[in-house]
Amino acid sequence: MSDAPNLDLIARQLRLRLIQMSHAAGTPHLGSALSCVDILVAAYWNVLKIDAAKPADVCRDRFILSKGHAASALYAVLAERGFFPKAWLDNFGKHRAPLAEQPAPNCAPGVELATGSLGHGLPVGVGMAMAARIQKRDYRVFVCMSDGECNEGTVWEAAMFAPGQRLEKLCVIVDYNKWQATGRSNEVMALASLRDKWAAFGWNAHDVDGHDIATLTRLMKNVPDGSGKPVAIIANTIKGKGVSFMQDDNNWHYRIPKTEEVEAARKELGLA
Amino acid sequence: MRNAFAKQITELAQADERVVLLSGDIGNRLFDDLKDKCPDRFFNCGVAEANMIGVAAGMALSGLRPVCYTITPFITYRCMEQIRIDVCYHHQPVIIVGTGSGLSYASLGATHHSCEEMGMLRLLPGLAVIAPADAIEVRGALKAALKSPHPVFIRIGKKGEPVIHKTEPNFEIGKAIPVRDGKDVCLLSAGNMLPAALETADLLAAQNISAKVVSFHTIKPLDEATLADAFKNFKLVVTMEEHSILGGLGGSVAEWLSAFAPAKARLIRCGTADEFLHETCEQEEAREHFGLTAAAMAARIRAVLA
Repeated sequence: MSDAPNLDLIARQLRLRLIQMSHAAGTPHLGSALSCVDILVAAYWNVLKIDAAKPADVCRDRFILSKGHAASALYAVLAERGFFPKAWLDNFGKHRAPLAEQPAPNCAPGVELATGSLGHGLPVGVGMAMAARIQKRDYRVFVCMSDGECNEGTVWEAAMFAPGQRLEKLCVIVDYNKWQATGRSNEVMALASLRDKWAAFGWNAHDVDGHDIATLTRLMKNVPDGSGKPVAIIANTIKGKGVSFMQDDNNWHYRIPKTEEVEAARKELGLA
Repeated sequence: MRNAFAKQITELAQADERVVLLSGDIGNRLFDDLKDKCPDRFFNCGVAEANMIGVAAGMALSGLRPVCYTITPFITYRCMEQIRIDVCYHHQPVIIVGTGSGLSYASLGATHHSCEEMGMLRLLPGLAVIAPADAIEVRGALKAALKSPHPVFIRIGKKGEPVIHKTEPNFEIGKAIPVRDGKDVCLLSAGNMLPAALETADLLAAQNISAKVVSFHTIKPLDEATLADAFKNFKLVVTMEEHSILGGLGGSVAEWLSAFAPAKARLIRCGTADEFLHETCEQEEAREHFGLTAAAMAARIRAVLA
């Protein structure tokens, strides 16, 4: 175990980074970014076949963060994995800096898609997975979306289409934090049961703890799982995960942390 | 035009293994030859047009050259945001082909009419908007679109339209094709209006009015050289299209004209009015409703020149 990275520590460090970025740039959606950190850590440390030195390699695994409002989490992860200098994070959201609140096309190495409008990542990911088969390339496509995003019709168009095409190298991870912008996601629409819905659409669907990096790793690593079906991971998460006064409080969809809140969060995360 | 599209896409797919056809559950048997020759590059994407555009963008981002095909209103209005973000924002060379454009499917009702989509699509940065006149131009437009590194929208009609071009003209995106010479009025025709434009020219000739006829197949980018020539050298320039006079060819030319001086000619825009067509009718009757027959357009031109 001595050489293995301490992913729990890395996840906590990333969370503090996101809080600092939100504070410095005055950007919202912090709760949404915090909820998907463990999914990103599992993917980028344990699963994806990618090389920061060759970010455009045609055979790389693709990871699309379809919930573009959580882009700060993707940026922090990509910087930590060496896709671009960590100093870029300091200018997050600043005028003419490469990293905007939500990603633009080709804004930084490793960012696969400009997202921000919900419901776009999965159809595009389906196209990438079909392209792999047509071009006989052996890569997988992972799409991380939010539970609120599952309100969008295009999600379900793609959800029906992908199993029809037997896209077994496609994996969706739903960051199911139980909140959307202005309400409980199970009250705004009849979202539950997400696992049953994805299974009914023809996916191998799993209901898991979305903060359990080992379980997320095992399921994502197992794509394709041999069944011929795409894989859906319903990752049960907590919005604002990691900081007691942000957890499951939807005010942090829009709130910006103050200086003292950043410091309180640092202590709670056990970081010096 | 539909059959010409099917033949041309099959030839292009055979010649270029990056070409993939995505269909929105239409074209029953139309693509049998393509499916036979390139079985792994034809996909029926079902009645889910927005997903189809996103899928096409994902394929283009992976190095393929997808061509999307279904009925014009469904492949445009319904998936406007997918075209805007997935295709245009990422500037991917996706080719979007709408069939049954304008009033081609008049009898199916306004759900199947597309008299606003060029106006919507030409606002999208980087997207070319093309309305070929006949089967020959459909083939040319498709070949030109595949050579282009930009996204392209092509609006085609149905089947059985008259073929105007005797030989295949050199089709370039943004370069209008002169079809008949004249000196008094210049008729700029978009898409399937070309036969009516030629008939209008015949009716005018009988009244000693000489009309030049141009197949103005590209609505964006505009052929500014042809427009400058038309407005400098003719008394009257007339745009003709199965599209609203707002936003399409006529609207584009009017915008362009506002910054062009000195113009000799004045502009008449023949197109559909700012309304939904509620009456039950065939295409020709729909054209009558909107004053898009040769007789109606010739009369309007004569009245202005009188």
